[in-house]
Amino acid sequence: MENALKLFSQKGFYNTTIPDIAKAMKMSVGNMYNYFSSKEELAKFAIKYSTNILANDLREINQMEISSRDKVFLFTRKYLENVQDSPEVIEYFLRVYLSNREVFNKDCEGFLCVSEFVTEVMILLDEGAAKNEFRQQEFFPAFAMIMGALGGFAFLSGEKVLEKDIAFYSDDVAENIYRALKYEG
Amino acid sequence: MNNKIKKPKIVWLQAITCNGNTHSLLSANANRLKLFLDSFDLVYHPSLTTDTLLNDLLIEKNEIDFLLVEGAITSNKDFFQISDQGINEALKKLVLKSKYLIAIGSCASYGGVHQKFEQNDDICGLTDALDETDISYLTHPIINLTGCPVHPEWIFQTLFSLKEYKKVPLDEKGRPKEIYSYLAHHGCTRNEYFEWKVEAKSFGLKEGCLFYEQGCRGPMTHSNCNKILWNDVNTKTRAGMPCIGCTEFDFPRNNMLETKKNIGIPDEVPLGVTKRAYLSLAGVAKTFKIDRLNEKIIK
Ligand code: SF4
Ligand code: SF4
Repeated sequence: MENALKLFSQKGFYNTTIPDIAKAMKMSVGNMYNYFSSKEELAKFAIKYSTNILANDLREINQMEISSRDKVFLFTRKYLENVQDSPEVIEYFLRVYLSNREVFNKDCEGFLCVSEFVTEVMILLDEGAAKNEFRQQEFFPAFAMIMGALGGFAFLSGEKVLEKDIAFYSDDVAENIYRALKYEG
Repeated sequence: MNNKIKKPKIVWLQAITCNGNTHSLLSANANRLKLFLDSFDLVYHPSLTTDTLLNDLLIEKNEIDFLLVEGAITSNKDFFQISDQGINEALKKLVLKSKYLIAIGSCASYGGVHQKFEQNDDICGLTDALDETDISYLTHPIINLTGCPVHPEWIFQTLFSLKEYKKVPLDEKGRPKEIYSYLAHHGCTRNEYFEWKVEAKSFGLKEGCLFYEQGCRGPMTHSNCNKILWNDVNTKTRAGMPCIGCTEFDFPRNNMLETKKNIGIPDEVPLGVTKRAYLSLAGVAKTFKIDRLNEKIIK
């Protein structure tokens, strides 16, 4: 699957063909169609697959007995490590999912294909606010704060403009996210 | 008519109360009220004309089958007296003559709204007001019919069941399971809106669910309001007023017409459902826009 993600993010959704992907996945084209009836279906499966990696990371963190601040720091580190180790996962999200909405607007509209991940972000925010570690605010500004900061960093990394290793920035990014959420009593 | 069959004797005692449960009883379906009055002997109720006075009951030795108490109890005579004695004293005397003791309404069950009164901290419900010896003659554990007010049908159903079967199964809070195993959410006409996360835009509309914005407690409140209906026709939630959880022991809570949220996410989710499960389903359901549910029912 990683190979398909890679191909899609490098060549773009429209320039990637099923035979390209079949080749990258070491499968025959015919066999490929046994699994996915079209390129769109494959693309939708791919977005679920890639965000579920993040959802699983965050679910594990959410279940830990640590402060919400520590959860933000830990998840930021995990996310940026993912950007470094499997850039195709985040690149696919940024360059295919966000850039080709027409492909995803049927059966993948709204949060439908990324719901597991969004649920975990909700749980992180809800618990933080219930414990008074985070301040009360509307959901979407808080959600955008986290995803915007992380996605933006993944983009900078993809553009190769970062001077240092992406992990180097992890605590600073986390601190910024935390400050935007933090309770001011 | 067979006058030889003795009808069970009911005494309705009022303690610290707003009289709301009495109003509710007197608003019962006329046929049911008649059946009730035909089947039981309501020897004393302070709002009705009866041959018996409370004083007579306190003095005489006669047995009472069902002692129904409306209102909260206090031992502080400065706040409440009846027949020249504290309500707790009068209560104890009557309980010793009774077979069954039934708390009518939230105040009699656990103190209700009166328990919030800060100048007197010993206001409580029947269970807390009585000790082991006080209730030693009862043939059944105290029954709590919570609700603010109690639905008249809950009173009738409990009394008829006891008359027939001598006992009713109770939940861990002393409420009859037959009535309080349901949630107010059960049978609400807005269930479909709840499923698809279509919220009511304001109170009193026919469309939309009241859970997310208006503080509806239907999914975590034990009552069968939407199964038996009020005045045989309606309920709060059907009419477009959120359930305020009046049958639960934390009633009345603060800010009852608002849903407590954390960063936009409801603090409490339906009973027995994990937050993760609720949020996953809600997030997905919200994605779809069902035209029918977003339109006026009557255009
Ligand atoms: S209005 Fe309340 S009781 Fe009715 S469906 Fe919504 S949450 Fe349930
Ligand atoms: S709907 Fe809720 S608040 Fe209304 S009577 Fe029933 S339990 Fe009480």
